[in-house]
Amino acid sequence: MSTFTDPYASSQETTEGRVYSVTGGDWDSLVTEIGATKEERVVLNMGPQHPSTHGVLRLVLELEGETVTETRCGIGYLHTGIEKNTEYRNWTQGVTFVTRMDYLSPLFNETAYCLGVEKLLGITNDVTERATVIRVMMMEFNRISSHMVALGTGALELGALSPMIFAFREREKVLDIFEMISGLRMNMAYVRPGGLAQDLPKEALGKIRETIKDLRHNFKDNEKLLIGNSIWIKRTQGIGYLDLAGCTTLGITGPVLRATGLPWDLRKAQPYCGYENYQFDIPTTDTCDVYGRFLIRMQELEQSLRIIEQCVVKLEKLEGEPVMVADKKIAWPSQLSVGGDGMGNSLNHIREIMGESMEALIHHFKLVTEGFKVPVGQVYTSVESPRGEMGVHLVSDGGTRPYRVHFRDPSFNNLQATAAMCEGGQIADVIAAVASIDPVMGGVDR
Amino acid sequence: MSEKGMFGVQGSGDTSGFGGLVNANINIGSTQRPFGGYFDQVADDLERAYPLFSDAIEKVVVDRGELTLFIKRDRLFDVAKILRDQLKFEMCMGVSGVHYPEESGRELHAVYSLLSITRNQKIRLEVCVSDKDSHLPSLVEVWAGLNWHERETFDMFGIIFDNHPGLTRILMPDDWPGHPQRKDYPLGGIEIEYKGATVPAPSQRRSY
Repeated sequence: MSTFTDPYASSQETTEGRVYSVTGGDWDSLVTEIGATKEERVVLNMGPQHPSTHGVLRLVLELEGETVTETRCGIGYLHTGIEKNTEYRNWTQGVTFVTRMDYLSPLFNETAYCLGVEKLLGITNDVTERATVIRVMMMEFNRISSHMVALGTGALELGALSPMIFAFREREKVLDIFEMISGLRMNMAYVRPGGLAQDLPKEALGKIRETIKDLRHNFKDNEKLLIGNSIWIKRTQGIGYLDLAGCTTLGITGPVLRATGLPWDLRKAQPYCGYENYQFDIPTTDTCDVYGRFLIRMQELEQSLRIIEQCVVKLEKLEGEPVMVADKKIAWPSQLSVGGDGMGNSLNHIREIMGESMEALIHHFKLVTEGFKVPVGQVYTSVESPRGEMGVHLVSDGGTRPYRVHFRDPSFNNLQATAAMCEGGQIADVIAAVASIDPVMGGVDR
Repeated sequence: MSEKGMFGVQGSGDTSGFGGLVNANINIGSTQRPFGGYFDQVADDLERAYPLFSDAIEKVVVDRGELTLFIKRDRLFDVAKILRDQLKFEMCMGVSGVHYPEESGRELHAVYSLLSITRNQKIRLEVCVSDKDSHLPSLVEVWAGLNWHERETFDMFGIIFDNHPGLTRILMPDDWPGHPQRKDYPLGGIEIEYKGATVPAPSQRRSY
């Protein structure tokens, strides 16, 4: 039964006590009513629809006044059964599914998955250098676009609106590059087992060089906007503390771990995709707090640009090299090209299979519908995603479809640290702590 | 074991030219020493630190440059603790379930990936339990980060982790029946009509 008539805040009696539901607006009458009760302890349900919980994350907070005494996360609102679905598609089709898990870093999902499939096939060393360099370049661009969201929305959730607008402006530039290269701005399915869906378009390297210059200049402005902002610093310094021991026992990787001073980055520690051939640093801080984590993300932007520059130099030398393994039993038979109706097969390929070679048509048909067989076994491959170790556990039973695909998503694991970071702090700092973990619910729930 | 041809269907008039290929299947049995790489070192260290090693380890498999230790369920907790404390595998990246309905008596496998930052090494533990008695000791006490991973594996495969601080469903709703990623759980889906033709649900399509 409603006790007052605020359209945005109603209350009703339940067996657990009085439950208040609030949506938008200000809740003067509600605040007065809660203030009048003798109960100090309030259980606050935040989300799953809440503008500052990073998507459909539900937080159940137990409060004593403004102090958080207990935090619990409710997840699963975005569970789409991607892991199960891949078991009913062939190995190449799996890419289209896994790219949709952590939607802010699709290229990391794809690459981790494809490295796994290639390891199972035993063709890791057959992937051409050009394909590998393009993968690295795309991943580093993706790291930038993902960090831009982390920084922009992180600041937004703390009340700073402008950084979000500037961060998303830079992100747009990166997405334009993705669109030019893969045809899509996100969920590209660009990395395929054995190589890439298609080569770079002719104008790509020039555009990339321009964009690097642009981004480098603008990153400096963005940095000033945040680091020069005393409110932002006060809201982040010393907040959401988690030290090295906490990180290791909770399995935390990525910027949260590096903010404890440990320079752990899979790109250096256990290089994949030829990362050992690039010059770059691993930024660390030893503050163990929200501020340090954001600082690391800002510094990683510059390191990513450095890697991309080296990729561009390499790509100039590798002009004309194929981007798919030579083995026709694995490589999809055609270079895809972007046609008037989106992505499609190149006209030359269509001409060949429809008009010239019956065998080519059969081969194309069988490879695409049945897919290739992958020898029995299991592998675990991991890449350093913007959020930490993105691990993929693949099991093959020797068939044309995966037997089991499991993603160890860093967001899923790192979100467990919410309680350790928030309990004992102020309720306003919960927002900052969660933002510093940078969870992407698509990856958490899969 | 070997298999013929690149594709799954046999005797279908395959004229793609790949029918004559014969691939020897990699036999994944137990691996004998030397394991190669740092794996011998890990095995030596574990044997030294854990006297019951030979009793606890079912088999060791080295495949595609990765080490898998198959551990008996009763010894899992002890081995995990020693791996963390003495062999410095500080982090467990998670547990992944796999369901093999054909392997009677050991239908459910739990696969743990361990990471040592000190040694810069990775290994994998695998434990098998039967469908009827799908209990495993929880390793949350050893690696607190396994909390959600074990809940997920329980949710998806029905493996019960004893002594877990709160083993409830994590991704599916609390009242959901069944464990979705087991092989006997249907994928679901409906037929879709497209340009006059009917496309069957993914689980009803031909598989090879």
